[in-house]
Amino acid sequence: MRRCEMVCIGAGPAGLAAAVEAARNGVDVVVYDENERPGGQLFKQIHKFFGSREHRAQERGFDIGNSFLTEARELSVEVSLNSVVLGIYENGALNVMIRDRIEQVKAEKTLVATGASENMIPFPGWTLPGVIGAGAAQTMANIHGIRPGNDILMVGSGNVGVIVSYQMIQAGARVAAVIDAAPKIGGYAVHAAKIARVGVPFFMSHTIKEARGKERVEGATIIEVDDNWNPLPGTEKQFEVDTVCIAVGLNPATQLIRMAGCKMANSPVLGGQLPAHDLNQETSIKGLYVAGDASGIEEASTAIIEGRIAGLAIANSLGYLDDSAFLSARDEQLQSMVGMRSGSHGEVRAKAKEYLNTMMEER
Amino acid sequence: MRIEEHPILGTFEKGNKIQFTFDGQSMEGFEDEPIAIALRSNGVLIHRYTTRRNEPRGMFCAIGRCTDCIMVVDGKPNIRTCVEPLKAGMKVETQHGNGPDLSGR
Repeated sequence: MRRCEMVCIGAGPAGLAAAVEAARNGVDVVVYDENERPGGQLFKQIHKFFGSREHRAQERGFDIGNSFLTEARELSVEVSLNSVVLGIYENGALNVMIRDRIEQVKAEKTLVATGASENMIPFPGWTLPGVIGAGAAQTMANIHGIRPGNDILMVGSGNVGVIVSYQMIQAGARVAAVIDAAPKIGGYAVHAAKIARVGVPFFMSHTIKEARGKERVEGATIIEVDDNWNPLPGTEKQFEVDTVCIAVGLNPATQLIRMAGCKMANSPVLGGQLPAHDLNQETSIKGLYVAGDASGIEEASTAIIEGRIAGLAIANSLGYLDDSAFLSARDEQLQSMVGMRSGSHGEVRAKAKEYLNTMMEER
Repeated sequence: MRIEEHPILGTFEKGNKIQFTFDGQSMEGFEDEPIAIALRSNGVLIHRYTTRRNEPRGMFCAIGRCTDCIMVVDGKPNIRTCVEPLKAGMKVETQHGNGPDLSGR
């Protein structure tokens, strides 16, 4: 059995931020990630981030990812790739499958930063090759340098939908339309404006009726919906597309958290069933922390702040950081979070997060 | 469908150009890129046919989550081609149903 002071599960923005913050204070950190490469989804974020300079705004995701990796290396953080954490058991015991062998690990503190996976909506033809997640399109174009298709229909107008639409245009594809069952565009206006400027039409109050094709997507049909989301026959529109991208939200990867037996609470705004946690990102199980999308769907920038807070809290609870230094560092992070959770989009998330904090107190 | 010159990312760093086969047909790809990426750049979208309805399936999540892109690779079924690195001489085959039974039963 291997003993560690701190284990991070997931080497995305939240996990890396936590690892770096804790290691900087002297904690011995091991990061496990199931993928070939670290960085989670940061390396496919090629747009500039929002917020103020302290939030790494104006920087692109892959630059942030690279600087985290450099920092982690300098601080001797061990990043173990191709390492799947299979289970979390009592008293900080973990099972990790590293390639084809199993390692047993006992961690004094564990951070779950497992991120999220894409939501889907079923419709006739949704299993055809050519129907893909919007995140998948982003991975293909921005990581692997391949255009997922030449003519794309984007289903969903949230930030992922509008940002990926623009990135598909940058990759040389044509975006035939962005559609959304909701009456209003869900994403930030600045991202939506970018694709509107290059002539991509938006069809609001429209849903996808069908992806057509025998062995792959050859076209798609959309249909208008009324105020109660019922399709209105006769309003169908046809598109000649070879690819349909689905951008209808994310689902927190809470499998390990639930397995550990954390108290869960429901927050539709943040993606469903989520672990209750306190201001230190600690769950109802002592020594088990969460950060990033697995603790509620937000953004890479908020995931980084949550990760930093968890890293600081872990350093504090292990005795590497005294209480006053910890509290002032944490307050600084919480303060910068206020900026990230403001505005019409952010306030709703701030409230939802407060609710998850409250559910923690009621244990 | 490879992106030659990306406005933000420039050119993409790839491994050596190598040969592999798809259902016996020789194809080119780059070493260590996911198998599915090499296939897509060769115009291959169908990775497998489902067990009961014999329906085509292809890459869907591209991050190893959904397992829709599984294929038979070097005789081994159920390989997630969107995350499995391509190697020279690899034998990649369309998977039908659960693929070949290697259990020996």
